[in-house]
Amino acid sequence: MSYVRELIAARPAPPAPRKPLTPARVLALVILGLWVALALAMLAMVVTGWDEAKFLRYGPRYLSGLWTTVSLVGQAVILGAILSLPLAFARMSTNRVIGGIAYSYVYVFRGTPLLAQLFLIYYGLGSFRPQLEAVGLWWFFREAWYCGLLSLTLNTAAYQAEILRGAIESVPRGQHEGAAALGLPKSVAFRKIILPQALIVALRPYGNEIILLIKGSAVVAIVTVYDLMGETRYAFSRTFDYQTYLWAAIFYLAIVETLRHIWAWLEARLTRHLKR
Amino acid sequence: MSGWFSALATALDPLCGQVGIFTLLGGDGLVSCGAGGWGDEIAFGVKVTITLAVATLPFGLLLGFLIALAAQSEDKLLRAAVGVYTTIFRGLPELLTLFIVYYGLQLLLQSILGWMGVEQRIEINAFLAGMIALAVVFSSYASEVLLSAFRAIPRGQYEAGDALGLHRSRTMILLILPQLIRIALPGLGNLWMILLKDTAYVSIIGLSDIVRQTSVAARVSKEAFFFYFLACLLYLVLAILSSFGLSFIERWSRRGEARR
Repeated sequence: MSYVRELIAARPAPPAPRKPLTPARVLALVILGLWVALALAMLAMVVTGWDEAKFLRYGPRYLSGLWTTVSLVGQAVILGAILSLPLAFARMSTNRVIGGIAYSYVYVFRGTPLLAQLFLIYYGLGSFRPQLEAVGLWWFFREAWYCGLLSLTLNTAAYQAEILRGAIESVPRGQHEGAAALGLPKSVAFRKIILPQALIVALRPYGNEIILLIKGSAVVAIVTVYDLMGETRYAFSRTFDYQTYLWAAIFYLAIVETLRHIWAWLEARLTRHLKR
Repeated sequence: MSGWFSALATALDPLCGQVGIFTLLGGDGLVSCGAGGWGDEIAFGVKVTITLAVATLPFGLLLGFLIALAAQSEDKLLRAAVGVYTTIFRGLPELLTLFIVYYGLQLLLQSILGWMGVEQRIEINAFLAGMIALAVVFSSYASEVLLSAFRAIPRGQYEAGDALGLHRSRTMILLILPQLIRIALPGLGNLWMILLKDTAYVSIIGLSDIVRQTSVAARVSKEAFFFYFLACLLYLVLAILSSFGLSFIERWSRRGEARR
């Protein structure tokens, strides 16, 4: 009988094979180099073109523009959500006429550019000044800010209605039937059973829609609202300094990335019971 | 031959031709096609919008395809490099991208020329700037659509290509691309619709597209509501026509599948 008396001593791991320089790696280095060069060029532009007076003058304006953008989008999202609820129900209605009207609303607002809608509301409706004054709505259509808010709200309501409809329809039939079998009234069943499940499905599209709306809200700058884009255009028209656009880009990227990360966290948090 | 062809094209022009909508309905009013009305100007704007969207599409698709290829590469650095691209251009408003491209290219060309010793003011073409900006935005979205389509194709397809002894590029063209197109088509169709709407932004840098032409007409004729309504209507018609075209293409792409 023989047996091993000693274990074989641990040996060092073999040296890691050297990664060959593949074409993909070369391409990656080239692209990354390009990004770094671009970032350095931007940094150089900011450093060499630094002007204390400009910074003091336009810095606060950028911040107020940022706030205008955020509050405009926030209000539009909330008002749009309120408006999208009846729209989504109309869209799911079995009544042909109501369904058709809701469908055409959604189709029109999703099929035309936000810019054209904004112009239609601000300049188009604004040309009916006597009639609007007669019905006492002129104060609303006179202000570019309200017109921007209205067009963003109408636009996002159409998109949100589709999101909501898709989400509600994605809840299986059995859930409705289960609620009915428990004897729950339809309204309670909707609020307690259907909506919570639907909103989880809708969470990601809602996040995308808000990001799209933030990006879309830049068009209100064209009708003289001083949002982030408006302040940027103002600063550029005064200074002809290209930096102004770079700062706007940084601000927009910061908003969108922050929102994206918040949303990812929110989604992970709200769907943690669905993880297997 | 070409004269005859262009005469036919003029006659069949759906807006200002012999049987065009503006010719029939415009009469002598605001949208008539002569010197008195705005029909011909707006018809030109429609052409510019369509041309811009159609000219942008192939570049955007190609760039998006290359980015999707890079984004599913095994190389971590390459994924990071294209990740920066998609993050930036999906996060910036299209309008801002357009301004950055429009003014940035001018600045870049000017500084290059200045470096070479030529002092000259340069104005780059608004059409070109619009095309670049829209293609960049389109490609960053298209890469995401194509990437998820790539993920939907099973590994076995690539292995089958290897087993048949096909070169990797042949595998890509003969096996992967046809399936990829079929899977990605709905998403790409949506992106086309978005592209069509995004072309409206080029009116701001002065390209005579639908919005610009109707704006001019609205300002001169003081009939703002009518002309902006017309602009919305034209975009709507383009969207409806595209959705017909897209559903046709989709049916065509599924012709090999079993009916259900």
